[in-house]
Amino acid sequence: MSILINRNSRVMTQGITGNTGQFHTRTSRDYANGRACFVAGVNPKKAGENFEGIPIFGSVRDAKAETGATVSVIYVPPPFAAAAIWEAVEADLELAICITEGIPVRDMIEVRDRMSKQNRKTLLLGPNCPGAITPEELKIGIMPGHIHRKGRVGVVSRSGTLTYEAVAQLTELGIGQSTAVGIGGDPVNGLKHVDVLKLFNDDPDTDAVVMIGEIGGSDEEAAAEWVKKNMKKPVVGFIAGVTAPPGKRMGHAGAIISGGKGTAQEKLAVMEACGVKVTRNPAEMGKLLKSVLR
Amino acid sequence: MKIHEYQGKELFRRYGVITPRGFPCFTVDEAVDAARKLGGGVWVVKAQIHAGGRGKGGGVKVAKSLEEVRAHAKRILGMQLVTHQTGPQGQKVRRLLVEEGADIRKELYVGLVVDRGTQRVALMASSEGGMDIEEVAAKTPEKIHKVFVDPAAGLTDSEARNVARRIGIPAAALGQAGELLQALYRCFWDVDASLLEVNPLILTGDGRVVALDSKINFDDNALFRHEDIVALRDLDEEDPLEIEASKHGLSYISLDGNIGCMVNGAGLAMATMDTIKLYGGSPANFLDVGGGATADRVTAAFKIMLSNPKVKAILVNIFGGIMKCDTIATGVVAAAREVKLSVPLVVRMKGTNEDLGKQILKDSGLPIISADNMAQAGQRIVAAIKVNKAKPKAKPKPKPEPKPKPKPEPKGKSKPKAKSKSGARSAPKARAKPKAVRTRTGKRKKK
Repeated sequence: MSILINRNSRVMTQGITGNTGQFHTRTSRDYANGRACFVAGVNPKKAGENFEGIPIFGSVRDAKAETGATVSVIYVPPPFAAAAIWEAVEADLELAICITEGIPVRDMIEVRDRMSKQNRKTLLLGPNCPGAITPEELKIGIMPGHIHRKGRVGVVSRSGTLTYEAVAQLTELGIGQSTAVGIGGDPVNGLKHVDVLKLFNDDPDTDAVVMIGEIGGSDEEAAAEWVKKNMKKPVVGFIAGVTAPPGKRMGHAGAIISGGKGTAQEKLAVMEACGVKVTRNPAEMGKLLKSVLR
Repeated sequence: MKIHEYQGKELFRRYGVITPRGFPCFTVDEAVDAARKLGGGVWVVKAQIHAGGRGKGGGVKVAKSLEEVRAHAKRILGMQLVTHQTGPQGQKVRRLLVEEGADIRKELYVGLVVDRGTQRVALMASSEGGMDIEEVAAKTPEKIHKVFVDPAAGLTDSEARNVARRIGIPAAALGQAGELLQALYRCFWDVDASLLEVNPLILTGDGRVVALDSKINFDDNALFRHEDIVALRDLDEEDPLEIEASKHGLSYISLDGNIGCMVNGAGLAMATMDTIKLYGGSPANFLDVGGGATADRVTAAFKIMLSNPKVKAILVNIFGGIMKCDTIATGVVAAAREVKLSVPLVVRMKGTNEDLGKQILKDSGLPIISADNMAQAGQRIVAAIKVNKAKPKAKPKPKPEPKPKPKPEPKGKSKPKAKSKSGARSAPKARAKPKAVRTRTGKRKKK
């Protein structure tokens, strides 16, 4: 089993006709059960056309009605991405995965506010994230499929390539993954570490979790506190940015130490205090996980 | 993106926030003219740089005559203003703000920032203005009052007045203070700010609430819809290397160490910097080449890293997920040739066609050191630098750090880090200014 996505998910791509949307829809479709899972694309101007055999619909609602897709992956450009998220939410999809990088924070505040006030059921992953993959079943996003291997370790991370690094280390040690989830590096986003940890905790086919964070905010601390009280499975962690100076945005909009808050040291300390085993060496994330497996 | 105090105050005034009257000035004569135009008997001459702490560094002076205005302007314009946010080399003052003096009865603080936890804009206000607000927050958190603003409703009348009351605004001024807080919130929201601070906000002798300072940072992702804000950008205040990098779609931040690093992805880039430190080295920069490490981009990245004279070695760490390692290797080899690389280069590549990539590095005949994983990369880059250092000077314990690192202040607000100003000379193109930059000032300064 897995969390969020599996071989039975039916997926639509919002922004399927752009370069990025095309490229990654193709690589995702070509991975494992992708051909059966990727059933629709959305572009209001190209309804009735198709992308390499995947039918294109004018709206998320139409795509859902016609194909039964309940998951959407969004590659829409930043100025229009928040509206695309809202369209997926309004159509009551189960999950919207927004890959788009560079969405204005204000747009995200507005869409998140509407989601919470209207009690919407759609889960949002991202934005500015690599997506999610359940190895050997379904890949939705921009991660390289071939480094993954099916197994029983969950991975959750704010960053893209650093997630791949962790996954590759696990695979090299012969440890497969149940699902690998990138929650994204933006300050205002959907699922957080703690939300994904809850899902892993309830997943009978996940035995342990690698949690990767970075400077900025306090999501990792909140997740660690939750782990201390509720998690039944071992969690190991790494936080990127021990060397990052305060006040400088390290690439991700959310990766900034401000007001003395959000330092890597602080996060690592809280995680350790909450029983999360941590390493300060990113080359040893895989090894550390291995050490907690029974 | 950041703007100057006087530009922030111009923005404030558009929203009805009261500020002292004042004029931006680029020369001493302009400063004296400004004071004459303002009239009155007391003026403040304020250095305009993006860093905070200007007063303590001697960049803010009160003048009681036009002669004093001239003297202060003469001394401040062109000085290297050193504050806790500029680093030891300081920042050159090229602009002044000459303002009418204010009659300060009480100093307050107000700030707005995006709160990640509640996913709302947080308004923070305090009766303790004029001081380092982080210090207030740490020592007397009860003196900071917060409102998490509902984005659909905005800051309401009652919320605004309540906060105003809590920070000690007298009843007579509550109406005006509330409106001012609401105006600041609207300004923050409209311009897509990521941080807005007024420190101090003052209560004047005649009972008005006035913004005596302004600090605004903007969400870079939203600049596409704010041409007027982009026009306020002052490239003199930014690190020329960071400007050059952004032209190539690279995300680059100067740091204090001597190992240049080029990585794809922000998280992996930070983790690579951490690895360098872990093995006893010190990173010279953060550099995320993003998804497409083409030969052109890699070459641009190499040039930018190497224009920092402190760089004594380069570490490339690429997780070639979808991008193939042979493509990356070809890019690295081409870049190393073009810049005639003379410092040690360690390359760690992972992903598709890894072996092919390594072969390309090997066949290039360049002295490129290969590494299989991040730990090895960290060890090898630090070893390479030690070998290089050991040659000219046989020190018993060569330390890779060329100078003591300024202690990162634990309570820093968003502060520009110590920058490698010395890098400026080798990147002359970076200082070419877009025409739009000075349009709002209506003045042009000869360089």
